[in-house]
Amino acid sequence: MSVNDGDTGVGSRVIERTLHRKRTLLMLLLFAAILVLSACAGTDRLGIDSIADSDLPQNSLDPAGPAARSIDGLWWLVFWIATAVFVMVEAALVFTIFKFRRRDGKDRPVKQVHGSTRLEIAWTIVPVVLMAALAIPTIATLFELRAEPDPSENALQIGVTGHQWWWEFYYPEYGITTANEMHIPAGRAVYLTMTSADVIHSFWVPRLNGKRDLVPGRTTNLTMEADEPGLFFGQCAEFCGIAHADMRQRVFAESESDFAAWAAAQAEPVTPPTEGLAAAGWDTFQISCSSCHAIDGTSAVAKLAPDLTHFASRTTFAGASIARTDGHLREWLRNPVDLKPMRPEFNDLSAGRVLGMPDLDLTEQQIDELIAFLDTLE
Amino acid sequence: MATLNPPREELHSSGPAREGVWGWLTTTDHKKIGILYGGSAIVFFLVGGIEALLIRVQLAVPNGEFLSADSYSQMFTMHATTMVFLVVMPAAAAFTNYFLPLLIGARDVAFPRLNAFSYWVFLFGGIFLTTSFFLGGAPDGGWFGYAPLSTQLNEVVRMDYWALGLQFVGLASLLASVNFITTIFAMRAPGMTLMRMPVFVWMALVINFLLLFSLPIITVGLIEVFLDRNLGTLFFDAANGGDPILWQHLFWLFGHPEVYVLILPAMGVVSEILPTFSRKPLFGRSFVIFSGIAIGFMGFGVWAHHMFTAGLGPVAEAAFALTTMFIAVPTGVKIFNWLGTIWGGSIRLATPMLFSLGFIAMFVIGGLSGVTHSIAPADWQQTDTYYVVAHLHYVLFGGAVLGLLGGLYYWWPKITGKMLHEGLGKIHFWSILVGFNLTFAPMHLLGLNGMPRRTYRYPEGLGFEFWNFLATLGSFLIAASMLVLFWNIYRTWRRGEVAGPDPWDGRTLEWTTSSPPPVYNFAQIPVVEHEDDFWHRKYTTSEDGTSVAIDPPPNMDLEPDANIHLPSPSFYPALAAAGMFVILMGLVYLPWGLVAVGAGFLATMWGLFGWSMEPLTREDH
Repeated sequence: MSVNDGDTGVGSRVIERTLHRKRTLLMLLLFAAILVLSACAGTDRLGIDSIADSDLPQNSLDPAGPAARSIDGLWWLVFWIATAVFVMVEAALVFTIFKFRRRDGKDRPVKQVHGSTRLEIAWTIVPVVLMAALAIPTIATLFELRAEPDPSENALQIGVTGHQWWWEFYYPEYGITTANEMHIPAGRAVYLTMTSADVIHSFWVPRLNGKRDLVPGRTTNLTMEADEPGLFFGQCAEFCGIAHADMRQRVFAESESDFAAWAAAQAEPVTPPTEGLAAAGWDTFQISCSSCHAIDGTSAVAKLAPDLTHFASRTTFAGASIARTDGHLREWLRNPVDLKPMRPEFNDLSAGRVLGMPDLDLTEQQIDELIAFLDTLE
Repeated sequence: MATLNPPREELHSSGPAREGVWGWLTTTDHKKIGILYGGSAIVFFLVGGIEALLIRVQLAVPNGEFLSADSYSQMFTMHATTMVFLVVMPAAAAFTNYFLPLLIGARDVAFPRLNAFSYWVFLFGGIFLTTSFFLGGAPDGGWFGYAPLSTQLNEVVRMDYWALGLQFVGLASLLASVNFITTIFAMRAPGMTLMRMPVFVWMALVINFLLLFSLPIITVGLIEVFLDRNLGTLFFDAANGGDPILWQHLFWLFGHPEVYVLILPAMGVVSEILPTFSRKPLFGRSFVIFSGIAIGFMGFGVWAHHMFTAGLGPVAEAAFALTTMFIAVPTGVKIFNWLGTIWGGSIRLATPMLFSLGFIAMFVIGGLSGVTHSIAPADWQQTDTYYVVAHLHYVLFGGAVLGLLGGLYYWWPKITGKMLHEGLGKIHFWSILVGFNLTFAPMHLLGLNGMPRRTYRYPEGLGFEFWNFLATLGSFLIAASMLVLFWNIYRTWRRGEVAGPDPWDGRTLEWTTSSPPPVYNFAQIPVVEHEDDFWHRKYTTSEDGTSVAIDPPPNMDLEPDANIHLPSPSFYPALAAAGMFVILMGLVYLPWGLVAVGAGFLATMWGLFGWSMEPLTREDH
C-alpha cells in the first residue's frame, strides 16, 4: 500500500512536471502567435479610444435614443425566451444522454416506442404559442419605428447619399452639405431621406437606431434621435466594395444652441486665401482637386467627391476612417490608396464615376501648400 | 445497359479501386460517383478551410495587414461560395448518391449516365470557380452578389467567374434533382412504400424538390447579372430603370430554400444515426417526415427576411417576420422528436452518435438565434453583422457539417469495409466542438457590439479586439481537429479493423449488403415489409415491448439473381462536361474567348451526341 502510495506520488509529480512543461509550451506558443499576429497589425489612424466615452462605442445593446431603445427592449424579450428554451432543451438533451447511456458498454432491453400523438400536439402548440407571444410586440414595434415622425415633432430633415466609400449629408433647411460627420440636435427627431449614388450601402449608428439600406434609384427613410448630447459612431453595414470597412460615419448630437451655431458656421461661404502658403495651396486645389471636390462660395463646384467647404471643422476624413491631422493628410496626399483601398483606376469623371482619390503626383511643396489651405477651411 | 451474369466471385471482386483512372472517368456506378462527390467535397473543404483561416488571421488583430482589402474580399466571397456549393452540397450529394439506392433497395439511380454527367459538371464548376484565383482574381462581390456591385466593374472578370460558375454547379444540382426524384418514385424495392422509406431518403426527396424549384430562379438571375456585365442589358441598373432590389428577391427566393438544402441532409443523417445508436425506432417518424415537408414548403415563403433593411414596406416586413417565426415550429418538432428517440434508449456513444448529439446541441443554438432574426426590428441591428455570421455557422457548421461528419463516421465502414478508429474519432469530435464554439460563439457578441461582417479590418477602440483574437484561436483548433480526421482516414486505410456487413447493428437495407457492397448492391432485390426493415428481420418485439433477437439470424448470404442489369460505363458524360467547361472559360474572356466557346461547343455536342447514340445494351461478349 505504502509502496503504491509512493509510486503514485512520484507518478503524479512526473505528470505534474509534464503538464507544467506542456503548459509552458502552450503559453509560449500562444505568445508566439500573438507576436506573429501583432506583426500583421497596421497603424491605427483613427484614435477612437481617446474620444469615445464607452469601451463599446458601436454597441447596439447600449441604446442612446428612443428607436434603439425600443429595439433593445424587443431584443431582451426574445433573448430571455430563447435562453429559457435553450436551457431547457440542452438540459433535456444532456440529462437524457446521461440517464440512458450504456454503462460499461452493456446493451439493455429497450422498449420499442414509436411515438405519441399527444406529445406531438403538445410540442407543436408550445412553440406556436411562444411565437405568437413574440409576434405581437414585434409587429407593433415594427410599424411604430417605420412610421414617419409626427409633424408636431419638428423633425430635422437630412438627406443622405451613399458613395463608394463615403457619406454625403445634406441639410435642406440650411443649405449645408457635409461629409461623413453628421451634427444633430439632441432630444429632437431627425428624419433621414436616403439614396445611393452607386451601389447599395447601409446607414448604421447602432446606439441610435437599426440600419437602413441606401439603394440606387430609390429613397429609404430612417428616423433617429439622441437623448443627450454625445458622439456616436457608425459605419456602412452593406458590403459595398473594397473599402467597405473604411466607410464610417460619426454623429455629433449637440444641444439646440450648439447645433444652431454649428449650422450657421457651416452655412458660411468660403473666401479663398489671397496670400502665403495657403494661397498657393488654393491655386493647387483649383488645378488638382476641383474637378471632384466642391468648396462653397468658390469656383470649385464639382460634387463627385466629399464637399470640403468646412473641412477643417471635421475630426476625420476619408470616410471618417482617418483622424484629420496634418501628418495623416500629408500621408494621404502622397498617395491616398496607401491609407485606404480604393479603385481610382476606374474613375471616369465625364460619366460621373469616382471610385476613390487617385495619386495626384504632388510635390512635397504642393502638399505643404494644400495642407495649409485645407487648414483654413474652418 | 450490359447484361451481367458472371460467376459470383467476379461480381464481388469488382471493387471500385481496381479499374484505374479510366474506370473512374467513365463510371456510371452510383457508389463510385458517390465516392467521387465525397472526395471532391473533402478537397474543396480544405480549400474553403484555408480561405477561412486566412480570414481569421487577418482579423486576429485590429487594423490587420496580413491580407489586402482586395484579397480579403476574394477570400470571404470564395469561402462562402466554396463551402456552400462545393462542400456541403456535394457532401450531401455523396451520401445521397451512395446510399439512396441502397436505402430503397435499388441497384442504381434512374439515370446513371446523367448522374455521372452531374458529377463532372459539378467538378468542372468547382475547378472553374477555384482557378479564378490564378486567372486575374477570384470573385469579390460576396457569395450573394448584390447588384449593382456585382455588375459594376465589368472591366474585371471576377464576377463573371462567379455568375458562370454558380450557374454551372447549379446545373449539376438541377440534373441530380431530376435523377434522385425519379429514382425515389420509380425504383423502390417491392414493399418499400413511401412511408416506409428511411427518413434520410425522405429528406433527400424534399431537398431535391427544393432544388428543382429554386435553382431555375437563380439561373434566371445569374443570366441577368452576366448579361448586365457583358452586354449592358440594364436589368439591375437603377439609373436606366433597372432594379437592384429585384436581384435580392431572385437571389433569396433561391437562397433561402438553399439553406434548407444545406441543413436537411444532416437532419436526414441524424434521423438514421439516433435510432441505430439508441436501439429504438425514430420517435414520431411521420411527424419528423411531415415537418421536413413543411420546412420545404415554408422555406419558399420566408426569403425576404434577408431583406428587412432593404426598404420593403412595413407590411411586407411584418408578413415575412411572421412566416419566419413559424418556420421555427416544424424545426422545433424535429428536435423534440430526436430527444424522444434517445429517451429510454440504450445509448451507445460511438463517434457517429457523438456527432449527431453535437449536431442537436449546436443546431438548437443556431435555430434560436434564427428566431431572434425573425424579430424584424431586432434584425435591423443584427443583419449584416457578425451576429449573423455566428448564426449561420451554428446552422451550417454546428448543424450541417457536424451532421454530415456523423454520416461520414457512420457510413465509412459500409463504403470502405473498414472501421475508422473510435479513439481518434472522439478526439476529433471534442476538439471540433470546442474549436467551433470558441470560433463562433464570440461572434454573437461581436455582432451585437457593432461589428459589421465583410469588413477586412476594424480600428482600435471599438472593443472588437479580444473576441476576434479568441475566434482566430478557435479556428486553428478546428483546423487541428480536421487533421485528426485525416490522420484517422490514413490510419484506417493502412491498417483499419475490418468492419463486416453490419458493424452498428443497423436498421436499414444498406447494412444487409457486404461492406463495401457488391457492384449490383443486392444479390436479390429485397421485399420490404416494415419501416426499418432490416431491424425487423433481426429482431422481434416481446410482450413487454422490448426487442428480442430472432434466432437464427437472417441469412444475408444470398445467391445473386440470374440477370442483373447494370449500367455500362460511358465516357461521354465527362466529355460533355469538359466541353461545357471550355465554353465557360471562353465566356469569361469575351470577345476573343468566342473561339474557346466554339471549341467547347463542339466537344459538348460530341459528348451529347455520343451519349444519345450509345447502345442501351452493349454486347460485351
